[in-house]
Amino acid sequence: MAIRSFFVPFLLFALCFYSSLTPVLSLYEDQVGLMDWHQQYIGKVKQAVFSTQKTGRRRVIVSTEENVIASLDLRHGEIFWRHLLGSDDVIDGIDIGLGKYVITLSSGGSVLRSWNIPDGQMVWESFLQGPKHSKSLLLVPTNLKIEKDNVIVVFSNGRLHAVSCIDGEVLWNKDFEAESFEAQQVIQPPGSDLIYVIGFAASSQFEMYQINARNGELLKHERATFSSGFLREVSLVSSETVVALDSTGSILLTISFQNGEISFQQTPISNLVEDPSGPAAILPSSVPGIFAIKTNAFTIFIRVIGEGKLEVVEKTNHETTVSNALPISEGQQAFALVQHAGSEIHLAVKISHDWDGNLLKESIKMDQQRGLVHKVFINNYIRTDKSHGFRVLIVMEDHSLLLLQQGAIVWSREDGLASIIDVTASGLPVERDGVSVAKVEHNLFEWLKGHMLKLKGTLMLASPQDVAAIQSMRLKSSEKSKMTRDHNGFRKLLVVLTRAGKLFALHTGDGRIVWSHFLQSLHKSGTCQSPIGLNLYQWQVPHHHAMDENPSVLVISRCGPCSDAPAVLSFVDTYTGKELNSLSLVHGVVQVIPLPYTDSTEQRLHLLIDSDKHAHLYPTTSEALRIFKREFSNIYWYSVEDHNGIIKGHALKCKCTGEVADEFCFDTRDLWSVVFPSESEKIIATVTRKLNEVVHTQAKVVADQDVMYKYISRNLLFVATVAPKGSGEIGSVTPEESWLVAYLIDTVTGRILHRVTHHGAQGPVHAVFSENWVVYHYFNLRAHRYEMSVIEIYDQSRADNKDVWKLVLGKHNLTSPISLFSRPEVITKSQSYFFTHSVKAIAVTSTAKGITSKQLLIGTIGDQVLALDKRFLDPRRSVNPTQAEKEEGIIPLTDSLPIIPQSYVTHALRVEGLRGIVTVPAKLESTTLVFAHGVDLFFTQLAPSKTYDSLTEDFSYALLLLTIVALVAAIFVTWRLSERKELQDKWR
Amino acid sequence: MKSVKVIVSFVFTLSLLSFPSSGFQSDELLVDDEEFGLEGSPQPRSPEPILTRSPPVTAPTRKRHSDLDSDSKIQFSLEHAFGDSDFSPAGTFSARLKTWSHGGQTLTKLRFSRNSFTDEDKEKFKNLLESDDFYRIRIPSNVLSPPGRDFVISSVKARCLPREGLDEHFVIHMEGVNVLAVNYGSPGCCPYPRNLKFPAKWSFSSHTVLKNSEQAPRAPVFSEEILGGENAEGEVVQPPERSFWAKYWMYLIPLGLIVMNAITQAMNMPEEQASGQGQLYLVWPRPLNTEINLCIKILELEYFVGSRISEVKL
Repeated sequence: MAIRSFFVPFLLFALCFYSSLTPVLSLYEDQVGLMDWHQQYIGKVKQAVFSTQKTGRRRVIVSTEENVIASLDLRHGEIFWRHLLGSDDVIDGIDIGLGKYVITLSSGGSVLRSWNIPDGQMVWESFLQGPKHSKSLLLVPTNLKIEKDNVIVVFSNGRLHAVSCIDGEVLWNKDFEAESFEAQQVIQPPGSDLIYVIGFAASSQFEMYQINARNGELLKHERATFSSGFLREVSLVSSETVVALDSTGSILLTISFQNGEISFQQTPISNLVEDPSGPAAILPSSVPGIFAIKTNAFTIFIRVIGEGKLEVVEKTNHETTVSNALPISEGQQAFALVQHAGSEIHLAVKISHDWDGNLLKESIKMDQQRGLVHKVFINNYIRTDKSHGFRVLIVMEDHSLLLLQQGAIVWSREDGLASIIDVTASGLPVERDGVSVAKVEHNLFEWLKGHMLKLKGTLMLASPQDVAAIQSMRLKSSEKSKMTRDHNGFRKLLVVLTRAGKLFALHTGDGRIVWSHFLQSLHKSGTCQSPIGLNLYQWQVPHHHAMDENPSVLVISRCGPCSDAPAVLSFVDTYTGKELNSLSLVHGVVQVIPLPYTDSTEQRLHLLIDSDKHAHLYPTTSEALRIFKREFSNIYWYSVEDHNGIIKGHALKCKCTGEVADEFCFDTRDLWSVVFPSESEKIIATVTRKLNEVVHTQAKVVADQDVMYKYISRNLLFVATVAPKGSGEIGSVTPEESWLVAYLIDTVTGRILHRVTHHGAQGPVHAVFSENWVVYHYFNLRAHRYEMSVIEIYDQSRADNKDVWKLVLGKHNLTSPISLFSRPEVITKSQSYFFTHSVKAIAVTSTAKGITSKQLLIGTIGDQVLALDKRFLDPRRSVNPTQAEKEEGIIPLTDSLPIIPQSYVTHALRVEGLRGIVTVPAKLESTTLVFAHGVDLFFTQLAPSKTYDSLTEDFSYALLLLTIVALVAAIFVTWRLSERKELQDKWR
Repeated sequence: MKSVKVIVSFVFTLSLLSFPSSGFQSDELLVDDEEFGLEGSPQPRSPEPILTRSPPVTAPTRKRHSDLDSDSKIQFSLEHAFGDSDFSPAGTFSARLKTWSHGGQTLTKLRFSRNSFTDEDKEKFKNLLESDDFYRIRIPSNVLSPPGRDFVISSVKARCLPREGLDEHFVIHMEGVNVLAVNYGSPGCCPYPRNLKFPAKWSFSSHTVLKNSEQAPRAPVFSEEILGGENAEGEVVQPPERSFWAKYWMYLIPLGLIVMNAITQAMNMPEEQASGQGQLYLVWPRPLNTEINLCIKILELEYFVGSRISEVKL
């Protein structure tokens, strides 16, 4: 009997043990945030408005370059609500109407929306049409009413609209048909019923329209001609005066249109300042009475003193930014002025008519890594002593957003991370002996309590409080956010390059910024006016014989948008974020080819192709050159000219034959070309395999013990072309005149290995290439659905190596080197399936050794990441698979791919504005790290075949220990019992 | 553009004709007869290559005008270059241009005549072989109005070509009258450490293949009732049939152990009874037996767990 009573706990333990090993398809609610993190951003702020009414006092509404409208908490910088408009719905202007609505004008002035400030719900939306494309201007007058209706005035698409603030109804509109008229400002003098629309016609004509605000009636139309023309920018200095520059940028024109009469006042800039040094430009601002112009060297502030007389109030050579004016009391308007001085910025708040008196003057220490101040927005509040207090929101060059108040940075947001260009991963430093970071548990009691809680959780006895405690305990465990390399390779640094040109290193454990670095080469400077960050490459990944070196990344940037602009290479240490070196090149960069060779310090060799088709080798050391020379004839690459539909293959020829001897420069030659007929095909997608992808085995055992050999070549290129007619939006063509052709091209010889036409299919095409297969996504016009196709390519030349005897006797050709110049014997298998979603990005999981089965990571239109097993995209699927095929794991064929709600990697979260998905292998074979970026960032770990090589993180070791102890105890007890019984028997 | 469009529509109507039930969208693959392409029968897209083997030296230029006015003979030239030299004429492709009633144009009956190498060419080619350099060829990208937009180029390491003579293999990818690409190389393999070998005779044996695009298989369309019907009609998903051992091994092993245990016990009992007549301790202690059973049970559990683990791995 006693034995039986022991059996029950055994069973229970065994069950628990078993349950901890059951496969989990998705994660449980309490596992959210354990391995994943999610960060929300908004992008570089374009415009900010402050709500003055009670409900919105603590909020600022911003519109950004990522087309986000967001409401931020002024105290902490958190997002209250946020809306991402589509990428073709660019925000032109925002303002606040009636104190409680945000009015946004977007899509080139054709969509006007109103949002409720407290919760961000859309109140109304109206579409404004117009005769022609024009600049769009939004004006929300504070006290202009038409029949108790507050009015919004919008100039867009060559038409002036008055829209009701309540319901978005268009009250009246007025066309400006004059062909060349370009509106610059819409002005509504406070207290009047007039609207002035001013602008330029032709190049030298200033026009002014006076319109009745009540009914849109044109009251007056005046024009004046100025012979030498205008620069298009104007600055409004009062409700009836604007300042403009003539076309040479050397004469200031004060244009007043009081009572509908236009009058010019000319003032040469040289009269105001001694050496204007070059043409000037007007800085956009709207401070009454004051405007600013910028020449090459100076920023000059000029005051208008009645009747067009101008007076210089300040001339500075510091970088200066001015905010718009903010009315603080009757007739008084304040504005903020931010100037850079060394590592500090000086903030001054002035009243518009009193330049010398400062309402506020503060100096704030500013991180050099943030660059210059790009924008300033001012807001006021009432201090505890009833005086006026000011706070300013500043937007920096690295797209970060900061709130300054009382001489300090109250909060900052790294919104540069909303526009990531490129991502690479880097390891963390190895834990050294002396510097042990491992933390010992605080005390035994805590430890026991923790394990008791875990035990309760496992046995499902935990109360909600306990669950919360377990959760926080798990989150607190600092294990995952340590700054050292871990055994499983889960902890890494994600080095990201943002559009602003700033490098960030994010820790994969919790997503915090480990370091950030604003690249010197990406600062705007005299020599390089519009630097653009291009790509990020792993430059040095020390692991074998250079362990003491720090890894570094290569950042490639370019001065200006065209490809022949000189390039700049920067090398950044990934542990510290220090810029090790920076090279300004004389040539441009069209293509960067990381070569599969490293030198003795494990610096990777890179080949840079410039616009003149010269190849340049980096690093420029003799050792690199020696390695390169050895492999000289085995280097091939290709280029895609998608504008004219030609793909070319290239090889190296000889040293450059320029006048300057450069031994690292090489001439190239064309080896092959594929010319797509321009009338029937247009390249829309090209995809290759990832360079660092690992393939575990070339052989694939199929049913009936048969073997197929994957055609694994690093030089395969997938190209998708569509009919030029069908390259527009979906549905713009009929199925008969639209087709999609998929190609597999060998990039060494230019061979087309596979070519297949999908009739009635249309782009956009998203594709991913891995191992020997490619999966692509497109629209099927005939079926009115999205479709995904898979092509797998197999090598037939090795297919006869199935005989065991051949393998035993060594008569196989598996070890012979492959030359791509041989005629390939390949077969392809393909299949298509319907897929419900449209797709923003596709990636595939990658693991350290390539053993684990693969999952496709699909960024859906709902900004989520869906994991889809590759087995669903197996071309060998059939309606009725045979027994052998079933055992192999082939899923019966269905016409569409299943979307299992549990397989969303992002679970309940959304990665707003999803642009890319990056997978990085962890050291543990079963696990891959996934980083999805868009406006938001999301990171998680995935185990496509479950974590078969490790116990799960929540595995209860205490339970295992208890089981063992209980077993041992049981053995002892039964032993004792048996002894006793034995003795009793003996005495019988 | 127009021609392609017409071809597409033609293929479509063809597919419609071959499947008279136009309402039903068949999931059957459109299999083209490979014989079609060879004899110029009305098949615009022949997926199978057209293989012509041209005589090595000069081909007869049969200037035979076709009876059909839709059928005309065209020629386009092959040019070659040795290493980085300029291109020079090397041969002529001649083919029949078939114009279809719907306006599409395709090439059929491709013939190739190679110019023989001059002595100068031979010398250049030898140089190429020695320096393991590229032998390059090009053909116009449009056969009607050469060179079209550009030439399509292809190259191969010269050392891949020599066998007995010089063996070459062309794959010309066509789209109507446009040449997309030409793939040039040796007809067989070209093992990597390319050895220097001069051809025994300087004549080309050329293989030419003309390739058009294949049609993609359509996505399978299953209508609801078919699926439902199949399931209802007793296509009950049968659990995979496993052998008796595979099914019950976890019971059989403990059973076997118990049986063995019982046997040994049974064997021991008479022995001990026989041997130990005068002894006090008679019976094999029973509690020990239960202990073994217990161990077996534990074992069984672990086997059970183990089997789950193996499933997890799969």
